[in-house]
Amino acid sequence: MSTALSVRGATKRFGAVLALDSVDVDVNYGEVVALLGDNGAGKSTLIKCITGVHRLDDGVIEIDGELAHITSPAAARAHGIETVYQDLALFDNLTPAANFYAGREDAVPRWLPRPLRVLRRRAMSDATVDVIDRLQVSLPERSAVVGLMSGGQRQAIAVARAAAFASKVVILDEPTAALGVRESRQVLDLIRRMRAEAHAVIVISHALDHVTEVADRAVVMRRGRKVGEEVPSPESQQRIVAMIVGTAA
Amino acid sequence: MRIVQLSSSVGDIGGLALGEVAMSTLANVGRPSEADLADPSPGAHVASLQSVDGDPSGGAARQPGRYRLLRGALAVIRLGPALILACLVVAMTLLSPVFLTTGNVGNILSQTAAIALLAIGQLLVIITKGIDLSVGSTLALASVLGALAFRNGSGAVIVIAVMLATGAAVGFVNGAGYVWGRLPHPFIITLATLSIARGLALQFADGQPVRGVPDIVQTIGGGSLGWLPYSAFLVAGIAGIVALVMSRLVLGRWIYATGGNAEAARRTGIPVRSVLISVYLLCGLLAGVAAIVTSGRLNAGSPTSGSLAELDSIAAVIIGGASFLGGRGNVGNALVGALMIGVIRNGMNLLNVGAFLQPIVIGVVIVVAVESDVLRARLEDRFRVLRAATT
Repeated sequence: MSTALSVRGATKRFGAVLALDSVDVDVNYGEVVALLGDNGAGKSTLIKCITGVHRLDDGVIEIDGELAHITSPAAARAHGIETVYQDLALFDNLTPAANFYAGREDAVPRWLPRPLRVLRRRAMSDATVDVIDRLQVSLPERSAVVGLMSGGQRQAIAVARAAAFASKVVILDEPTAALGVRESRQVLDLIRRMRAEAHAVIVISHALDHVTEVADRAVVMRRGRKVGEEVPSPESQQRIVAMIVGTAA
Repeated sequence: MRIVQLSSSVGDIGGLALGEVAMSTLANVGRPSEADLADPSPGAHVASLQSVDGDPSGGAARQPGRYRLLRGALAVIRLGPALILACLVVAMTLLSPVFLTTGNVGNILSQTAAIALLAIGQLLVIITKGIDLSVGSTLALASVLGALAFRNGSGAVIVIAVMLATGAAVGFVNGAGYVWGRLPHPFIITLATLSIARGLALQFADGQPVRGVPDIVQTIGGGSLGWLPYSAFLVAGIAGIVALVMSRLVLGRWIYATGGNAEAARRTGIPVRSVLISVYLLCGLLAGVAAIVTSGRLNAGSPTSGSLAELDSIAAVIIGGASFLGGRGNVGNALVGALMIGVIRNGMNLLNVGAFLQPIVIGVVIVVAVESDVLRARLEDRFRVLRAATT
């Protein structure tokens, strides 16, 4: 397993607040890493630095062992990093295919300015159906707008979109927080399939059972620091909780 | 995890049971919790409970009637504006022998042309969750400046260019003011330009209509091919182009995406600010086209023409089923909305209904149109619930 993403000495300050204090994290291809921590532990800040929303004050991000300058969300995407935000960032008024390709529409001819190019609608919807089938996401009507779909289907579309375009790393922010039990299970299956496809996956979650079930490694953060790593299992759950709340020996 | 479960609704119990049945794939991504929240009717419960029997399609099999009924009702409501227009036409034809004569239809088309053009522009703006109150005033300013250019010896091409440029310029000011001025809502900037453009038009024209426009402009605004006015062809052509842009080009996709979820659009790299500016610019440009039609019909640039036209254009778009919440609406329906306003006005004139009654009727139609949209949203919710519970 080679290292897809490597964060070294990540440090970020917001005024007087040290949000990230020299954090090191590695994620390998074909591995699911859970990022755990209480509110304000620095998980979101770390993720936002990796996805180009914030810039690190200190430290480096390496992708495939090479230094990556991630200065914007677009740059992160160009480096093969896709993110599923907690709010999903879906367009309720558009079809799954249009959602997949929003902002990166497949359109011709190339000599025209982007807005004036003609959408290759057929190609985009075929490619979308391919991904949806591959990840075994089943939708009742693929041409229906996303707003007409259930919460689980919407989450599945957002995750599938990330999986389709991420060549390297997929980051999921609380993928099961808004879902019922059955739907959470389906999203966890989806995460396993992404691992099987050799994606490097980072999952932020508060649901420890889910983490135990799907993650190969759990990185625990507290007050901007990485306080430990564990292989999640029913046995290690107690220790992980202790690290999260800061009562570890 | 415990916390997650507690914060979910009781419906999860149904979900848990279903999950046990055998969901190895995502084939059944139903959402009982949401279903129960959205629709406390027993149907959703029954459906999920039936599925627990181990027959996931049981719900669907036992409720095909309701499913199909909802589907049908939705289809009818989506056709809504066109259907209401058809009813109006039939009713008017029965009430007045003059209504469906070629002369009168030509009349309606020619009277509706300007509103239709404004409505197409307004539609683009409303799809992005915006509003443009300035289109009527922009029309007046563009007509006056065009007519003044003609009076000062400019040729037809220059006059038309002046009208279009004026419209585009006001549109650009609206878009740029909204985006770069970081205003909370376009209502404010376009309310300002509504006032400013009207004032400029009155100022330049000295309060009087500026008589005379080039022949070609007169022909576009007032001429006809047989009984079909040229302005109707113009409207149809422009509507066709805009419809193609909206459905086939990247720009159209971006406009819908921006209206559907501006924040997500920003995150996916769509240039939201440029999209917004171009939408207001296009809306202004179409007000310039409407100025050509209007001044051509009057053979003058009048500083008072187009007053309250902004409200007509908004009404046409809303009657046409677009949503103020953004992201939804199409050109065809906006045209239908404009035609409906035209038909109501014309019909009531034919029937000798007092002029004071017309705005009342149009107001009622707006309420009916918006209520049918509310109904549509509710039906879609039901539809989603049923589907989630039965797939």
